[in-house]
Amino acid sequence: MSGKPLLKITDLRARVAGKSILNGVDLEVGAGEVHAIMGPNGSGKSTLAQVLAGREDYEVTGGEVIFDGRDLLALRPEERARGGLFLGFQYPVEIPGVNNVYLLKAALNAKRKAAGEPQVDAYEFLALIKQKMKFMDISESFLTRGVNEGFSGGEKKRNEILQMLMLEPKLALLDETDSGLDIDALKVVAHGVNSLRDGNRSIVLITHYQRLLDYIAPDQVHVFCGGRILKSGDKNLALELERRGYDWLQAGQVA
Amino acid sequence: MSGKSQEVEALLGQKYRHGFVTDIESDSLPPGLDESVVAAISRKKREPQFLLDWRLQAFRHWQTMREPSWARVHYKPIDYQDISYYSAPRAPADAPQSIDDVDPKLLATYAKLGIPLHERARLAGVAVDAVFDSVSVATTFKDKLAKAGVIFCSFSEAVREHPQLIERYLGSVVPAGDNFFAALNSAVFSDGSFVYVPAGVRCPMELSTYFRINAAKTGQFERTLIIAAEGASVSYLEGCTAPMRDENQLHAAVVELVALDDARIKYSTVQNWYPGDERGVGGIFNFVTKRGECRGRNSKISWTQVETGSAITWKYPSCVLRGENSVGEFYSVAVANNYQQADTGTKMIHLGRNTRSTIVSKGISAGHAANTYRGLVKILPSAAGARNFTQCDSLLMGSRCAAHTFPYMEVRNPSATVEHEASTSKIGEDQLFYCLQRGISAEDAVNMIVSGFCKTVFKELPMEFAVEAQNLLCVSLEGAVG
Repeated sequence: MSGKPLLKITDLRARVAGKSILNGVDLEVGAGEVHAIMGPNGSGKSTLAQVLAGREDYEVTGGEVIFDGRDLLALRPEERARGGLFLGFQYPVEIPGVNNVYLLKAALNAKRKAAGEPQVDAYEFLALIKQKMKFMDISESFLTRGVNEGFSGGEKKRNEILQMLMLEPKLALLDETDSGLDIDALKVVAHGVNSLRDGNRSIVLITHYQRLLDYIAPDQVHVFCGGRILKSGDKNLALELERRGYDWLQAGQVA
Repeated sequence: MSGKSQEVEALLGQKYRHGFVTDIESDSLPPGLDESVVAAISRKKREPQFLLDWRLQAFRHWQTMREPSWARVHYKPIDYQDISYYSAPRAPADAPQSIDDVDPKLLATYAKLGIPLHERARLAGVAVDAVFDSVSVATTFKDKLAKAGVIFCSFSEAVREHPQLIERYLGSVVPAGDNFFAALNSAVFSDGSFVYVPAGVRCPMELSTYFRINAAKTGQFERTLIIAAEGASVSYLEGCTAPMRDENQLHAAVVELVALDDARIKYSTVQNWYPGDERGVGGIFNFVTKRGECRGRNSKISWTQVETGSAITWKYPSCVLRGENSVGEFYSVAVANNYQQADTGTKMIHLGRNTRSTIVSKGISAGHAANTYRGLVKILPSAAGARNFTQCDSLLMGSRCAAHTFPYMEVRNPSATVEHEASTSKIGEDQLFYCLQRGISAEDAVNMIVSGFCKTVFKELPMEFAVEAQNLLCVSLEGAVG
C-alpha cells in the first residue's frame, strides 16, 4: 500500500438495540484496491457496511473511521455519499412511482452540487445511462419503470451496479451483490465492477462465496467473525475458506 | 434521527404561507340562526319565492337533525348560534361589472395568493369565478364562454338570470335534507358557482374557482351546481386557501353535478385551507357534501382531489351511476399532518346496467394526524354487469400518526364484479436511507417518495394543477420525517 489509505477503520465498535455487533474492527483500504470480506452469517459484515454508510439504527460506541482524509462518522449519510462512498445494498428497496432515471439524476446532481459542479445535461445524461445500461445488459424498459419496482432479484443487483457506474464513487461497498445471481448475471455484475477499477477507485466486496472472486480478483481477503476481522490474507485465503469452512478459524481463536 | 429531525424542522418549520387578513368593510349579519336569518339572506339576495321556500324547508328539516358522530374526527361542539351566516365584501358600486370594478385590496389579496386575475388567468386560459367570502366578485372570460353557449357565473347570478335551471336542478342530486351539513347549507348558502354546458358543447377552457374564507367567525356555505347536458363535457377546477386564524371556522359546502346522456364532468380540487398550527390550534372545519349523478347513458363523472388543508375534513365526493354504461371515478390524495383529522372517501352507487366505477385513494399521515378512508360501493339489483375497482393505500410518516380504512361493500346483483386492494406502508426508513445513500437530501427524498406514492392520482389532474398539487404536498409535509 502506497501513501495514505482511502479508508482507515480503527477499533470500530457499534451496537444495535443494546447488542454489540461490531467489536473492534481494524481495516485499511488503499486507493485502487479491492478487498473481500467473508464470514459466516451474523458475523457483522453487513452491519459494517451499514455503519460506514451512516445508517442511524446502529449506534457507534467507539473507534474512528477516516475516509478520503475526513472523519467519516461525523458526516451525515448523504454527505458520505456525495463524498464518494457508495453502498450496493444487499436488498435494494422498491420505491413505487419514483422513476429510476429520476432518482439517479437527482443523485448525480446532488453529488455535483456538493462538488460545486453544474447540473448534468439531460441529453448527455440519457446518452450516458443508455450506454451503461447496455453494458449491464439492462433492457430499455428500465427507463420508464419505478425504482426497483417489480424487479427480479437479479435486476435489482444489476441496477445497483448501474447506479455505481453512473455515480463513480471513490469507494464502493458491495453488500452480497453476488447472492441470488445465476452465473450469467454474476459475470455481468463482475464485468461492471471490474470496469470501475482504474487504479484509484476502491472496492470492498462483502460476500459469502468464493465464486465471485473468480471474476473479481481481490488484493486482500478478510475473514469477519464475532464483529471483527479475524484473519486477513490474499486470494488463497478465500480458496481455503471455500475448502475448509469457517469453523477451523473460530476453533483456532478459542485455542 | 433526532439531530436531523430538529434540523429539518428548524429549516422547514414553515408558517402557513397564506396567513393574512384583508381589511375590507363587511356587510354582515350578526351571529345567530333562525328563520328570520334565513329569510334575511334570501331577501338580501333578492331571491324568488321558490328559493326562499326551499331554504325554509331545509332549515326546518335541519332543526330536526342531529350532527353526525360516526366519522373518526373529534372536535368541540360547534355553537351554530355563534356563527354569522352572511358576509359580503362591500365594493364601491353595487356589484362589480368587470374586473376593473373590483376592490383593489381584494385583487391584492389574490396576488398574495399567487393568482393575479389579470395576467395569469388570461395567460393560462382559465376562467376564474373568484369567490371572496360569500359573494362572487369577479368573473373573467365570460364572453368566450358565452359564445360557446356555456353559462359560468356565480350562483346568485344564476338565480337571477336562469331561475328555471336552478329550480329544475337545485337539490336534485343532494336533496335539501340529505344530511345535517347539507341541510344547513341549503338553508343558509350564500353563493357559489353555477355551470351549464349545453348539449353537444365541449367547454372551451378549464373552469376554475378559488375559494377563500376571510371575515372572522364567518361560516362559509358555498353551493356549486354543474350541469352537462347531452354530449357536453366540462373540466372544473376548485382551489382553496384561507388566512391564518385562531378560531376554528366552519365550512359546509355542497357541490352537485349532473351529467346527462354521453356527458362528461371532471371535477378537480386542490384544498389547502388553514390546517391549524403544529399544536392543533385553529384551522378550518370542512364538512362538505359533494355528489354527482350520471343521470344519462354513457355519462361519466370523475372526481380528483388533493386534500392537504383543514383541521377537520369530512368529505365523500360520490357518484350515483343511474344511466346505463355510466362511469364514476374517484382519485384522492389526502394528507394529514400535525393534529389534522381527515375522514374522507367516496360512495359509488350503481343503479344502471354495466355501470363502472374506479376508486383510487392515497392517504398520507404524519405527525399526530389521523387519516381515515371511508368508502361505500353499493351495487343495486338493477345494476347487472356492474364493476368496481377500489385501491386504498396508506402511507405513514413517523410513529405517532394513524391510518384507518373502512371499505363498505353492498352487492345485490350476482353479475357484478367488485375488486378491492389495500395497503399500508410506513414511509420506509429503508426507502429514505436508500435515497440518502445516493446523496439525496432527506427533504428531497421525502418529496420524491410521497410524489411517487401519489403518482396515479396526480396524473388525473390537469397539468398546471398537478404541478401546484405536488408543490403543495411538499410544503404540507415539510419537516414531517425525522
